[in-house]
Parts: sequence; C-alpha cells; structure tokens
Amino acid sequence: MSEAKWMSVAQVREQIRNNSAEEVTARYLETIGKSKLNGYVTVSEKAVEQAKEIDSKGHDGPLAGVPIAIKDNISVTGLPNTCSSKILEGYVPPFNAHVIEKLQAAGAVILGKTNMDEFAMGSSTETSCYGPSLNPWDPERVPGGSSGGSAAVVAGGEAPFALGSDTGGSVRCPAAFCGIVGLKPTYGSVSRYGVVAYANSLEQVGPLANNVSDIAVLMDVIGGYDRRDSTSIDRKIAYQEALKDDIKGLKIGVPKEFFGEGIDPAVEKAVWDSIHRCEDLGASWEEVSMPNIPYALASYYIIAMSEASSNLARFDGTRYGYRDKGENWHSMISKTRAEGFGVEAKRRIFLGTYALSAGYHDKYYLKALKVRTLVKQDFDRALSKADVLMAPTMPNPAFKIGEKIEDPLTLYLSDVNTCPINLAGVPSLSVPCGFTDGLPIGLQVIGKPFDEATVLRAAYAFEQNTDHHTRRPPEVA
Amino acid sequence: MVYENPDGVKIGLEIHVQLNKLNTKMFCGCSSKYHDSAPNTHTCPICLGLPGALPVLNKKTVEAAIKVGLALEGEIAEETQFHRKNYFYPDLPKGFQVTQYDYPIVSKGKVVIEGEDGEHTVGIWRAHMEEDPGKLVHIGSIEKSKGVLIDYNRSGMPLIETVTAPDMRTPKEGRRFLDKFRNILEYLDVFDGNLEGAMRVDANVSVYGGTRVEVKNISSHKGVEKALLYEIMRQKNVIRRGGKITQETRHFDEARGVTIGMRTKEEAEDYRYFREPDLMPMKVSDWIPRIKETFPELPDAKRSRFIEQYGITDMHAKSLTSKIMLADFYEGVCKEGTDPKQAATWTADVLLGEFNYRDLVISSYDGSTIGCINDKDHSITNSVRVADMVKLISLFADGKISDRAAVEVVRSILDGEEEKTPLQIIEEKGLFKAEDDLVTKAVSEAIAENEAAVQDYLGGAEKSLNFLVGQVMKKTKGTADAKTAREMLVKELKG
Repeated sequence: MSEAKWMSVAQVREQIRNNSAEEVTARYLETIGKSKLNGYVTVSEKAVEQAKEIDSKGHDGPLAGVPIAIKDNISVTGLPNTCSSKILEGYVPPFNAHVIEKLQAAGAVILGKTNMDEFAMGSSTETSCYGPSLNPWDPERVPGGSSGGSAAVVAGGEAPFALGSDTGGSVRCPAAFCGIVGLKPTYGSVSRYGVVAYANSLEQVGPLANNVSDIAVLMDVIGGYDRRDSTSIDRKIAYQEALKDDIKGLKIGVPKEFFGEGIDPAVEKAVWDSIHRCEDLGASWEEVSMPNIPYALASYYIIAMSEASSNLARFDGTRYGYRDKGENWHSMISKTRAEGFGVEAKRRIFLGTYALSAGYHDKYYLKALKVRTLVKQDFDRALSKADVLMAPTMPNPAFKIGEKIEDPLTLYLSDVNTCPINLAGVPSLSVPCGFTDGLPIGLQVIGKPFDEATVLRAAYAFEQNTDHHTRRPPEVA
Repeated sequence: MVYENPDGVKIGLEIHVQLNKLNTKMFCGCSSKYHDSAPNTHTCPICLGLPGALPVLNKKTVEAAIKVGLALEGEIAEETQFHRKNYFYPDLPKGFQVTQYDYPIVSKGKVVIEGEDGEHTVGIWRAHMEEDPGKLVHIGSIEKSKGVLIDYNRSGMPLIETVTAPDMRTPKEGRRFLDKFRNILEYLDVFDGNLEGAMRVDANVSVYGGTRVEVKNISSHKGVEKALLYEIMRQKNVIRRGGKITQETRHFDEARGVTIGMRTKEEAEDYRYFREPDLMPMKVSDWIPRIKETFPELPDAKRSRFIEQYGITDMHAKSLTSKIMLADFYEGVCKEGTDPKQAATWTADVLLGEFNYRDLVISSYDGSTIGCINDKDHSITNSVRVADMVKLISLFADGKISDRAAVEVVRSILDGEEEKTPLQIIEEKGLFKAEDDLVTKAVSEAIAENEAAVQDYLGGAEKSLNFLVGQVMKKTKGTADAKTAREMLVKELKG
C-alpha cells in the first residue's frame, strides 16, 4: 500500500500510465478507508466511476485520472457542501465551483470533501461540527486550519494534493503544521465562484501538495480569469515555467515584525537557517521594516468578521440546510441559527455585527480598512526593495488538540504572520523548512502581486537544495 | 397667483422603479420577463443566493441609471459602487440587499411639474441602483393565511430608487410628479409601467412643519393621491384634537384607502451598510458621452417640438406627449400625409377619449399599430392601426363621412372590430355620406309628399322645416348631412 502514499503528481501519472486511473483511485480510497485522521467529511461514491471514465476515454488532460481532495467549502455538483457546519446539513450544491470545472476539464478525479474549521473560522479544525482532524505527525495535535482536513490527507498520503482556501492563513497554517507546501495566490488570480464566502475581500482558493512542483501544476489548472467572479483579474501567469533551481541574485527581504514576541526559538532558528541556505545558493538578504504589521491582526479580524456576519446571514433555514421548528418565521430562523451554527461562527457573527453597527462602524470597521491600506503600503515598500519576503509561516509548531480552543484570543494570535498577507492581497507560500521535536516548521515566501513565478522559483530552489520535504510522518497507529 | 399651502404640507416621495426592459436581471443571466411565468422558474444560484454564487453586474443597469440621472438633470457620480444593506426577511435570499449607499449614481436632480400655481420644481436628492427581493405570496388573506410561499422570480431584478426633496405641497402635486416621472422613464425605454410591481412608492408626509410620517406600500401611481389625502387629513385631525404626530411608518391599505400604523419599532433599523466586496467600484464618468449620443427626446422637448412643427395647440401637444407610444402613433399618422391638426384632434380628443372611457391604457406601439390593455382586466386588449386612422381622417376630410360616422368607426374598432378596415365598417354600417343627387331627390320628394308642412313653413312656421329635414334624413337613412339638407330645402322653397 505504501507506494500509493506521498507520490508527486508526476509519479501518480506514471502509475496511471502503467496501470490505470481506476486502480490508482481505488488505492487512495483504500488508504482513506483505513484512515484515522478524520480528514475527509465526505468520500465521493463516484470517484472510481470517474476514474474509469478517464481510462475509457483516454483523457489526456494535465491531470487525467489524478485524484484530488477538495475542502468542504468548494462547491462540487452532487456532493454535500457543509463547510463543516450543522447549518448546511443536507445541502448539495447544484453547480460546480469554477476551480472544480477546471479540475474536471483537466481530468482530475475528486476523492471527496475535506474537514475544515466551521466556515473556515479557525486554525485547527476544532470548530468543525465533525470534530478535529488529526495531525499525521502527532495525532494528539491539530493539523492546523482552517484547511486542516486537506493538509492532513495530503500529509497522510490520502491524496496526492488538495484544494483549500485561505482567508487569513487557512492554507499556509495547515501546510506548515503538516509539513507540506501550501500557496495563497494573489487576490484575483483564482476564481472564487462556487466557494462559500467567509470573508470575500480576503480569501483565495489555494493548493496544498507534497512539493512545490505540484503546487505549480495545480495552479496552471485552476488559475486564470473567470467572468463570474467580478474580483477576478485577467493576468496570465505561467506557474510551471517558473520552476527553476536558480536563485542567484534573488533579493530577500526579512521583515523583523514577523519574528515578534512569542515566537518559538526553534521556529526562529529554522527560518534563519533557511534564509542563510538561500544566501548560500546565491541570494542576498536584508532586514526590512514593516511598521504597521503589529496592527494587521486586529484589522484582519474586524474585516473578516464584519464580512462574515453578512455572508452567513443567508443561512436561515428558509431555503436549504438545517431547519429548526418555530411558531413563526422569526422564531424559526432564530432557533435554526442558534442550533445550526457552532460557538466560533456565532462569536464571529456577533463581533462582526457589532463592528458594523451604527456608532461602532467608524470606530472599528472603517478604522480597520484604514489600517489595511497602511499594511498594503508596508508590503509595497518592502517589496520594492526585495523580490520576495521570507518569514515564519506560524510562530509555533502544531499545538495540542484542546490546548487553545477555549481561549479564542490565543488562537487568533496564531494567525499573526499569515493574515497580513491577506490584507495586502499578495501571494504567499509555505514550504517545509525544518523540524522541532518531530513537528514540521513552515517557511513563508511572500511575493509581489501576481508574481507567483518568483515565489515559486525561490521555494523550488530552496526545496531542491534541502530535504525537509522528503521526511514522512510516522504511520498513524 | 401663488399657492399659499395653508396647512404647511410637505410631501417627499421615494419611488422604486423596476428596470423591467433590460432583458436580464441585475446580477445574473436570468430573464427579466417573468411576469407571466410560474413561480421560481426564473432563478439560478445567483438570484437564489446559494452559497458560493457571486454577482456579475449587468452593465445595462448602470446605463439605465445614468439615462435616468441625465433625464432628471442630476449629477452623475464619477465613480460608483455597491453596498450591502443587511436585514433578515424571507424574500431576501442572501440576508442582505445589494444597493448603493454613500456613492449613489445620481444626485441633485430636478423635475418641473405643473404645480398648484404654475410650473413647480421638485428636487431630486438621489437616485440609486439596487436589487429587488423576491415576493411573498400568502395563501388567502394576510390575516388568515396558513402559510407563506416565496416566489424568487423577482429576486435580483434591477431597481432604481429615486428620493425626492419634500417639495410637493398637495396630493395632486404628488400624483403629477409621479405621472411625469413615469412618463420620463417610459421615454427612456427602461421601464414598462403596466407590469405588476413595476413602480412602488413610499411617501414622507408632514403638516405645519411638524414631524414626518412615512407611508409605505403605495403600489400604484393612482394610489398615491388617495394615500396622501388620507394621511394629510389624519394628521390635521390629530393636531386639531390636541394630539401629537409621532414619527412612525404607516402602511397604506389601498382597498380601504386608509393608512394604518405599523408596530412601532423600539429602535431604528440598523442596516450595517458596508461596501459589497464581491463587486468592484466602477468609474462611470466616461460612459456618459456615449449615452448622451443616443439620448431620446424627453416629454417637454417633444411637446414644444409638436407645437412648432405641427402647429397644434399646447393642449393637444401635452396630451399627445403624455405617453411616448401615443406621441409615436400621432407622428406615424402625420407621416402618412395627414393634416397634423386633424390628426391631433382625432388622436388626442377622439381616440384617447375613447381609450379613457373604456379604461384602456396604452401598452405598445410597434410603428404601425398602437396596442392597449384594460387597466382593470388585463385580459382585455385592443389595437388601432396607423393606416386605419389615416384612412378614417382622410374620408372625413374629403367629406365622404360625417364626423359622427367617423367617431362611430373608432368606437367599432375598439368594440371588437379591430380586424376590419374603416371602409369595411363604413360599408357594413352604411355610414357613407349620401351622394348629393340622392339628397336632392329626397328633398324634392319630401316637398312633394308633404304639402301641408310646406304651406305651414311658407306661412311662417319655422318648426315645419324641422319636420321636412327629418323626412329627408329618413329617406337617406341618415346618411345626409342635416345642415346640408336644411339649406337645400330652404333654397328649394324660398328660391
């Protein structure tokens, strides 16, 4: 069985050529069947059938027969789309997200939908109505979030790669915690059509994979303009072409604000070692100052919660999903929302509603927008001097299940290095850069808007010259 | 003469107009022609607000809004954007309405109406774009309904909400404003006012400079006068009895013609507006020149042109331009060589008079035929062809038929004979004016056969002439012109 695990896309394609898509899919399904990671919330009944069809048609798309896992907030026709929330119980979307259309056209086989924090609100998958997914490196620890299920199944060998979404770190955090690669693309480079919104102005769909090359393969399929998403931008980016093992002359900016209070010394060391490794490879680095970063977290949470409070208003039991009984419509929707949403979703709806309310709107929401502008300017400035920025993805390695969930503020603080990127809309990738006590550490490579090419090149060269990404988690007993 | 406004009445209106001629909805590709369709058949993930669906702006909405802004002589914003207005209601599938907030596309416009004391300017504060929610359908009456059904066909229809300054002083001015506004919108070809729910009005009313009361749910431009009359009377009476007007929202019950206080809210609604992150701000100032190039002639301009070009009276011009389809029909008739003054009389006085008498409202004009529907029963429709009107007027002008006969032809057309040509109707009904020799013969016969009456007349009894005229008419089966018959008789008898 182990040969089905941790294969790159190229290896998977090789296996499909030698055997069949059906066989490869069946082997992944077998691994999924034995899994204890709670990574999938829905396993597709149609995966084998789809793989057979690919075989019989001789599909020659770039992902012909390659299985993939999809986060449970990305609509796939016919598969439940619950966002790991009770309130979407029974909802099956009648349409595909844009990225799913692209994947299917490329020949990908959808294995199933992966666990996440409820409506992508969290950094651990502990807010999921299905319970947390487990970190393959240590099943007592969280896989990170919110795309924790996607990261766990890739790191656990249950899918060669996966799609997640990143609103404030939701792809990069679990990638870092699970020792894999995750990309948050530039805002506007991947269509959000069909992705259930948590905070529209911040989020992007992003890939999670075992290596940088597979990220590029996936981006070449899912990226690009879509007229159905008005925030989509028509910019052609050649992702795979960027994969060159050459970073001579690359200028790296190191923002000291990303190494702030509370950072784990082992993380700090691993990141600096990585920067020095890049220097050995011909890159240069200098410290850059981003003075508004300390305000980013507060700004991020106010904006995200404000948008969320509005986005989640549609879940009222009237048309689809979970519905409670009430003597009239008002009591029905009150009970439905009280029962259907989990604690964290409700907390964020409350806080977002508060931040947008008359009398507080200017004090919180407007101020947060102003801070957002300042943060963007910090990135503009820093990236005018450097080609990429490098920093720790997460200030700590994966924490224990239950360790932080009762203390939302501490949990929110773990997004301190990831959420500024979403405020600025720039691309950022997390790549494995070391270990501490057997737990992976992620290096964050941040680029200029639409300059994923440089980000991928830097990460690829680093990966080619290090072996962190080759380490595999122990078999989960 | 200056209107004193003795009760200090101030009326401001908020008018929701459905842009129902844009083919598709505001943010999706669903057809906007849902009015005759089964419920929930014009829907998609976007207008149903399914999770993950995103709006894509129908640019025609913005073009229409700019047209309206230009027609209202307003300022068009350089840049415009959409906001979310958050509230819960079952007809609102997303839990928010996409609308505009602090950057409305149109501001500071005006409309000149015929006021109580001549031309009167009503200020326009703003006009903005927003989406229509769905519609609740009660099973039976609202009070007794066992359940509520929701029809989302209307959901996502483009609307323009226009807010006027409180510049109207009487209910009549309120109605005149709406008539003019509606007329302008029809000239812009963005709106068909005959469709259900096409125009919805809320009114803000105050008396003696006091607290204003909002009256909601005025569903027709005819209802507005009734609602305002009632509300002004109510407020004056509250004050007369020593009471106080409280700021509140009242509901207009059209059937009973009264306004009813709705449950007073403990707090003002807080809609938590914020910019719609799924739609980008738009720079629209450079759209304006292109829109101006194809800008239609508006009612006031057309009215002046008709007076000048066709030499018709202002009364006729006003009446003919009160509906763009009627104005087009009139010009269609003129183009065929009909005398414009005759055409004005027959269109504005006769045809429109007959329409009004039958509760018919004009609903279409396709360049050759004007169509209308019964305002009370939309299943009743009628139409009149330009060609038939031209022929009818020419028959009358050539003296082939009397004016009475011509009116009868119009009536026949409207009473179910619209398929027939005027000539067919005239022949079938024998409405041709009698030939002169036929009348001459009848005159001779009448004189020969009624000697006593002839003698009486010649003896000075004028009344006897009437009898003889009657005899001529009888012999010609009414086709003779009575005046001509009388003249011929007098000439024959008195030489």
